Amino acid sequence: MSARPSNREREGERESEREMAFAGWPSMFQSPSFKVCAAQILLFGFLIRCMTSLHSYSGASNPPKYGDYEAQRHWMEITINVPVQDWYKNTTDNDLEYWGLDYPPLSAYQSFVHGLMMRYFEPASVALKASRGYETPSSKLLMRWTVLSSDAFVFFPAAILFVISYYGQRSSEERASALATLLLQPALILIDHGHFQFNCISLGLSVAAAAAVISGQELLTCVLFSLSVNHKQMSMYYAPAFFAHLFGRCLHKKKPVFAILKLGLLVFTTFVMCWWPFLSSKEAALQVLSRVVPLHRGIYEDYVANFWCVTAILIKWKQQFPIKTLARFALGTTILAILPSMVQQILAPSRKGFLLAMLNSSFAFYVFSYLVHEKSILVPLLPATLLALDEPWIFQWLTPYALLSMFPLLRRDKLAVAYMALFFIFLLLNPPVFNDQEKAKATCSSWRQQLWLNKSRGFSLASMTMIQLSYLFIPSPASLPFLFDSLISIFAFAHFVPVMLYTNYKQWLVVADNVISTERHKEKKQ
Amino acid sequence: MSSLAIYTSKSKDNPLPKENMTSTKKARGRRGMEEANGKERAREKKDKEEADGKERVREKKDTDGWMELAWIAGLATCLKLLLLPSYHSTDFEVHRHWLAITHTLPLHQWYVDHTTQWTLDYPPFFAWFEWILSHVAAAIDPRIVDLTGGLNYESDACLLFQRVTVILADGLLCFALWSYCSNLCLQKQRLVYVAVLLSPGLFIVDHIHFQYNGFLLGLLLLSLAALREGRDVLGATLFAVLVCFKHLFAIAGPVYLVYLLRHSRGPGMLKRWLLIGISVAAVLSLAFGPFIYYNQIPQLFKRLFPFGRGLCHAYWAPNIWALYNTADKLIGLVIRQFGFKVNMQKAGLTAGLVGDLTPYQVLPQISPLISMMLVLFSMAPCLLEVWKHPCQKKIVRCITYAYACGFMFGWHVHEKASLHFVIPFSLFAVETIRDASNYIFLSIVSYYSLFPLLFNAPEYPIKVILLLLHVSVLYIGFTNHFQDPVSVKLHNSREKMRSKMNSEQDWGLYDNIQVSGNRTGKGLIEHELGLYRLVYLFGFIGVEVCAQILQYSELYLRFPFLPLMLRSIYCAFGMIIGFGSLLSTRLVW
Repeated sequence: MSARPSNREREGERESEREMAFAGWPSMFQSPSFKVCAAQILLFGFLIRCMTSLHSYSGASNPPKYGDYEAQRHWMEITINVPVQDWYKNTTDNDLEYWGLDYPPLSAYQSFVHGLMMRYFEPASVALKASRGYETPSSKLLMRWTVLSSDAFVFFPAAILFVISYYGQRSSEERASALATLLLQPALILIDHGHFQFNCISLGLSVAAAAAVISGQELLTCVLFSLSVNHKQMSMYYAPAFFAHLFGRCLHKKKPVFAILKLGLLVFTTFVMCWWPFLSSKEAALQVLSRVVPLHRGIYEDYVANFWCVTAILIKWKQQFPIKTLARFALGTTILAILPSMVQQILAPSRKGFLLAMLNSSFAFYVFSYLVHEKSILVPLLPATLLALDEPWIFQWLTPYALLSMFPLLRRDKLAVAYMALFFIFLLLNPPVFNDQEKAKATCSSWRQQLWLNKSRGFSLASMTMIQLSYLFIPSPASLPFLFDSLISIFAFAHFVPVMLYTNYKQWLVVADNVISTERHKEKKQ
Repeated sequence: MSSLAIYTSKSKDNPLPKENMTSTKKARGRRGMEEANGKERAREKKDKEEADGKERVREKKDTDGWMELAWIAGLATCLKLLLLPSYHSTDFEVHRHWLAITHTLPLHQWYVDHTTQWTLDYPPFFAWFEWILSHVAAAIDPRIVDLTGGLNYESDACLLFQRVTVILADGLLCFALWSYCSNLCLQKQRLVYVAVLLSPGLFIVDHIHFQYNGFLLGLLLLSLAALREGRDVLGATLFAVLVCFKHLFAIAGPVYLVYLLRHSRGPGMLKRWLLIGISVAAVLSLAFGPFIYYNQIPQLFKRLFPFGRGLCHAYWAPNIWALYNTADKLIGLVIRQFGFKVNMQKAGLTAGLVGDLTPYQVLPQISPLISMMLVLFSMAPCLLEVWKHPCQKKIVRCITYAYACGFMFGWHVHEKASLHFVIPFSLFAVETIRDASNYIFLSIVSYYSLFPLLFNAPEYPIKVILLLLHVSVLYIGFTNHFQDPVSVKLHNSREKMRSKMNSEQDWGLYDNIQVSGNRTGKGLIEHELGLYRLVYLFGFIGVEVCAQILQYSELYLRFPFLPLMLRSIYCAFGMIIGFGSLLSTRLVW
């Protein structure tokens, strides 16, 4: 019946295969339009989140301190039962030793709103003092829904905005796959809906701010990014990128000083509005500040894949140096690491360069700064995910090791199964080996490089799997109880450093955007 | 004969030669020029080209679908793993208890034991399956297989073990799908894989509620694949094995019997009959032989066929009897309004576990015999047809129809039994637009009717989103599949021959595609479904909202079965419509 397939036919087949290999599900059914496809992806993302939320959470039934779940619940309890001025103060009702508020005010307001909701449905879950360690199936569900709804109302729209603004010119299939990678980022889902945190809000606001930068809405950017920083101090990791990019843009304008002042004023106003209840006196403000920036907590927590923790094998930083010296070290190295990408953005601000600067500066913070914990890897991971279509290699290289660096934490939370499932979904959407040469040529400078990267990625993934399996099934020797933990952090660190160097290099290759330079041109003409 | 053609076309293609690369480059160059001319025009052309390319792919019989299968199965497995800690029904404990029974008791006590009410009520092969699993279970945690000490045992290890066994057993379903679909074209394969492996029904029943249907349906599909390839002996043996795993599948027995009798006509007929007979007898004696030896057959059958359980299950499966029950209650109500005395027994129809024959207020009682006769009667057209034309191509349809009959008229039918015909239906749903739309309709009805199985809040969004995604993906998939000019052409020529449809309209659509490259146009599926069925489907939203409102209203305290009744009655109407369409397409073929 069928003759030998012609070249044309094979080509078509080849094409469909490549599509599947690259984007998997979104293009599998060639949805008629981006809208339909986006709706499906949103639904699927929400489904995955709902499913993950069935699993355990940080510190489940583990008294007396429990975990992050209890911290968030406790904040809800405090914020709805204690007057605003006392939220960050140690009072009889508010014992700061027990999960005292240590996030900026916007987090506290969010806790307040969610606390009201919890009180409406289950008053016992947020009763003052009586509710410590309160865990029932229904309260777990309610708490899960606070995160699910925040994700759906903050992160999802931000993701769509970003895809529309940055990838707007791409084909609908590419846009869909960008949206899918952003919404199915396993690390984010695991920490928010498994471990239990509200990164979706702060990171969602950052994504929205990035979208605003890209579509040229500078004022909106300032507001959104200030809100993001006010929700979680970790967003400060992006601050150098935002600052440098906006500063660079302003310099190219007609009245640079005025433009900079305008933006600065806006940031200041937003901050003042967020901090308003705590600005009654200098002491009150400083009290909040000391809670939000707790210098006494040490240079890193547990086993982090950053410079200080990994080199601690050689130099015992914590024992040999006082905290203040260490803080200075950290500050100095961080600034040094950020500087190149900041300079690049000030000199030649561009959209892609900005996203790379976000990645570089947050990475510099993760690797060198003070008070870093495992979950901080989410911050550099986000810009890498945003760039997934432009720089697939960075994204695909970074995600598995970011996940790996959080594996000990997630395992402690009994999330190993969810971790595995989400990791495999990631691999299905981004298969470790794509055998297509055309695609490789599009993404990498040379075919040889691609081959080399392909092989090393496969090798790394295999060794990563080995480490994880041995961590799960082989008990570590009694003399070295944290053997695997430190092994994992070293392994992940070894993968982070080349990426960091590569992205810095990559950022300097990006030229200034046409749009921005034409803008400048126009203004000059005027 | 057809299988021969398939095998010859199975030769694997060589990887892409160099000439192709250059041609791609040329194509790219051309595309670039077009883009310079004008973006929109270029996009249109590009779309068209892409469409052309894809059409070709579909035309070709593709044997490289295993990538697709692996991808979809991988995704399904990830979702199943994520569902691990979800709600599970008492079936979880039932299966754990069976592990304990088969592990601790000797064979002759398997069907005698009554430690708990969860007695072993699946046929011996399933018991043996549990016996094999129990050895692994014992190695993991001995308490899982402890007959008395393990009652209601639900440790993390136990949960993980049981859930993972279901996931692994689904491997058989994947294998069966591969053996059935590997010679279909790529597009069809994808659709079938998605329809089966990502079916919300299987997720709900197997991976949340907890059962082993995926694995058993895998056996059924294997048997169907064998029959379709003309390997009757294998097909019959596999069916016998399946029945020895779960006897509810025996409903298709008559169709199998007639088909095997008639299909083996010709020279060497007796030999083939004998071969089939021997192999089936061997399977049956392997399963039931030991119990014949222990003289336990009556006891075994008492366990396997608990007729005492009543006509309907606790939640009325959406079949004829759901409507019959409602009619009875309504007539009773009306008669009572007029002052007649009717003996009223509350909730007598919904005996879940043990109960007498269902007492009806007004309408005649239904005995197991009547229900069985009705099943056979409804199956009659199909049997007649198989008798007349025992055709390999039609057998899957006929067996699907037989299971649908069993569901519609059977005794003590579970809502889960709708999977028995929805899953085989997905195998041939890709064949014509008519089948596709019937399938979409029937699968929505049947999956929705499974919703009440999960009554806890955490799973609510999961089941709803699973259904929505499944339907939307299949809808788009089917629309794309049938809107591609080649299959539209095929479809039209078939339809013309049968003159069932207004072909002009369709040709118009075909032209439309050619002109604008528009693959999104108003779908054929809606057209085929027709207004009434579409309205009915959208009615589900209303029904769900009503049921939810009822659940939280005061009425619920007085009539706790009202939301369930509402759902099952609405679904019953849908099932009857779907059943009718299944019957009519089957007769047309």
